[in-house]
Amino acid sequence: MSAPDDLLRVSAERLLVAIRDILAEKSIVSPAEIADRIAITEAASPAQGGRIVARAWVDPLFRQRLLGDGTRAVEELGVVMRGAPPLGVVENDGSVHHLVVCTLCSCYPRAVLGYPPFWFKSASYRARAVRDPRGLLAEWGTIVPAGVKLRIVDSTADYRWMVLPRRPEGTDGWDEERLASIVTAGDMIGVTIPKIA
Amino acid sequence: MSLFSAGDPVRVRDDWPETGGAVHIRTPHYVRGMPGEIRAYLGRFPNPEDLAFARPARDLALYHVAFPRQAIWPEGQGDDEILIEIYETWLERA
Repeated sequence: MSAPDDLLRVSAERLLVAIRDILAEKSIVSPAEIADRIAITEAASPAQGGRIVARAWVDPLFRQRLLGDGTRAVEELGVVMRGAPPLGVVENDGSVHHLVVCTLCSCYPRAVLGYPPFWFKSASYRARAVRDPRGLLAEWGTIVPAGVKLRIVDSTADYRWMVLPRRPEGTDGWDEERLASIVTAGDMIGVTIPKIA
Repeated sequence: MSLFSAGDPVRVRDDWPETGGAVHIRTPHYVRGMPGEIRAYLGRFPNPEDLAFARPARDLALYHVAFPRQAIWPEGQGDDEILIEIYETWLERA
């Protein structure tokens, strides 16, 4: 049996403990730093992204900062971006709709949206997002009108991209919390648009 | 320092390093040799082609480059586009 085969037979828990102990012993990363990173990773979720979108909808100056430098803008809201790739935000409006994909692997703005939905990593989503995007969106019930340009953002390198969707009609006077509650991960990837329940 | 500015027409090098052995390439196959347009300069980042093999990696300019989708795949609507992050070493003036 080769060494890699042996590794596959060891329980993940034992491997994790062994690696964590070695990292601590060599003073590369302390157990406290690892626990800290796990807490940061688990705090990120689409709800956090929804909070960012809602703030951009009600605060035009924040929206401007968000589109200019996503990382710095979301740090204002308490999102921890330390150690995360830079965040880019692309805005949907009446003339362009954005759709984010990573055709090469599964790059996703985890720092703001948490773990990617399972389909985001699927070969069929990654292929169809660039080859047949309007057909793909139609299956989500998202019809991009003929006069609206569809811009597919293929996340290939150092940035992570998130979509700032359009604020739906009928939400005048809503507070940020209520606005945030209607924003889903799909809306911030661009496969869907925010809907009032 | 960056070689290109927003609006510059460029072409992705029609290069296939994959055929020569193990590599790590962040330029999708479907845009090799394709014409596009620089939309934005995104900053400088260490070359992932070296980072992936733990080699010393120099910083490269990274751009957002737009490609008309229909030039790559003929089906679909005319003015849809694909926006991709591409390192300067993969781009030439068109």
